[in-house]
Amino acid sequence: MSQPESAVADSRAGDRAGGSSPSGKESLSALAERHGLRRAIARPSLPVYLRQLWDRRHFVLTYATSRNVSRYSDSALGQLWQVLTPLLNAGVYYLMFGLIMGQKKDITNYTAFLITGVFVYSYTQRSVTGGAKSISGNLSLIRALHFPRAALPLAYTIQEFQQLAISMGVLAVIVLVTGESLTWLWLLIPLALLLQTIFNIGISLLLARVGAFVRDMNQLLPFILRTWLYTSGVFFSIPARMKDAPDWARTLLEFNPPSVFIDLIRHLLLNTYPEDLRRQGFPHSSLPQLWLYAGFWAAAALAGGFLYFWRAEERYGRG
Amino acid sequence: MAELTKELSQMAHPNEQASQADVAATPPVDAPEPEPGTPTVIVDDLHIVYRVYGAASAAEKGNAANALMRIVRRQGRPQMKEVHAVKGVTFVARHGDAVGIIGRNGSGKSTLLRAIAGLLPPHKGSVYTDGQPSLLGVNAALMKELTGERNVVLGCYAMGMTPAQVRERYDEIVEFSGIGEFVQFPMSTYSSGMGARLRFAIASAKAHNVLLIDEALATGDRDFKRKSQERIQQMRDEAGTVFLVAHNLDVIEETCNRVIWLHKGQIKMDGDPATVLAAYNS
Repeated sequence: MSQPESAVADSRAGDRAGGSSPSGKESLSALAERHGLRRAIARPSLPVYLRQLWDRRHFVLTYATSRNVSRYSDSALGQLWQVLTPLLNAGVYYLMFGLIMGQKKDITNYTAFLITGVFVYSYTQRSVTGGAKSISGNLSLIRALHFPRAALPLAYTIQEFQQLAISMGVLAVIVLVTGESLTWLWLLIPLALLLQTIFNIGISLLLARVGAFVRDMNQLLPFILRTWLYTSGVFFSIPARMKDAPDWARTLLEFNPPSVFIDLIRHLLLNTYPEDLRRQGFPHSSLPQLWLYAGFWAAAALAGGFLYFWRAEERYGRG
Repeated sequence: MAELTKELSQMAHPNEQASQADVAATPPVDAPEPEPGTPTVIVDDLHIVYRVYGAASAAEKGNAANALMRIVRRQGRPQMKEVHAVKGVTFVARHGDAVGIIGRNGSGKSTLLRAIAGLLPPHKGSVYTDGQPSLLGVNAALMKELTGERNVVLGCYAMGMTPAQVRERYDEIVEFSGIGEFVQFPMSTYSSGMGARLRFAIASAKAHNVLLIDEALATGDRDFKRKSQERIQQMRDEAGTVFLVAHNLDVIEETCNRVIWLHKGQIKMDGDPATVLAAYNS
């Protein structure tokens, strides 16, 4: 027995020595090439990556749904919280900004105005927060299974989209109850939400890479997002507030992505809102301008975020 | 050269011939089946460096003033430690090999497997593989708040199956796990054995080219252990190459035809099971 064993060991020692062995054996990389072996870690090209991502669409959807289901699974009311949470949120904001602070003078239907703003903003906010944690909070998954990593931030945004769909149902009821009427413009709301979703996917991909390598991001993010909230015209009407400010400052605030999506959906959802703007006569972005801005942000965020995320694909999971 | 290695490996492991004869008896499925002896995994001077967060030592236990001083003095974050887990490992694994990897806790076994799977980027050196090696394990994708049913589906998708494959395999997975009606309850209500069985059943539902198994055998009762060993054997026959990390040396001895002993991130010994295990035990 002993002789063949040592022979095996010797033949393997030869492999180990690789190209440096005096017998003129080929190097390991040449051996790999000769047998068509490829590097275990190599970033796939962009088209291949996109196809891999498409192949994983079932995982992305199931993962998003599973996270939504598991979120409320230990409470007595269970999935009812998917509706109760946005409803209670709306109630708290109405109490705070509608009744106590009483900012109703600019806006006819302040309740609907406010709750639309809160729901639309929190969709982006939660996508950003989720995206920032999607890689850094799933290292064990990344270190165990092979899949295009963009599936994770994508799943987090889709999870928030599922949540938003329920919120929008709640919102539609609130809007109708507070005296708005159903118009043909409502048919365009899905398109506006689609653009916002594309924007959210892009920005969560961006934040996913930042959050994966800059750990302090998760501490910093709540402050950034709260500042963003206050500048996005969730609680107030930007044209009314900025009526004395220079035009570029108003445009800047209105060009801010969350403001664009909030304003767009308010235009489509609330018939009193465009009337308020007309009646006050302050300069403001028109509906076609808002569509343009929204399209721009969606395309820019998706392209930028995706490229930025993909370029670090092989480095996720190292820590 | 391939022929030579094949011969040698058969000489060293007469019991290998039996399983190879079994395989030969069944009609070949795919015509271009690579013959035993062609390399499937080449690891060339591999170094893996991990970054670990939150591992501050006792002396610098975090308070805000210390943290501020470090920033002022421009010192690196002490919470971030680099761990050099694999230090220059080189070997060639071939078609038909079942390679056991042994070593003490923290010797870099799991890290090495993950690097072969392409899940951890090398710090230096490279890993060449034939196709996509897969790690046997879906634990990280499962959610304990969800029912077994949902987890089976989620786990299968996480491993990259299509909906048709999931439907096809679903009953088999549930049956193999033997958890019965518990499949409709959340996994958080399972006993640890039941959870482990379901996880193994999901993980082993997929066929693999190069299969990496990390401590999957030490779970469940005796009956399930036997079932899972049979499943491993079956997967070994289907897969080109199997890597197995285990602390249970009996399993290694029964399953493997080659053993690599890792010590502090380096190969201390590489050879046939009898020799290496004898040296490891002494």
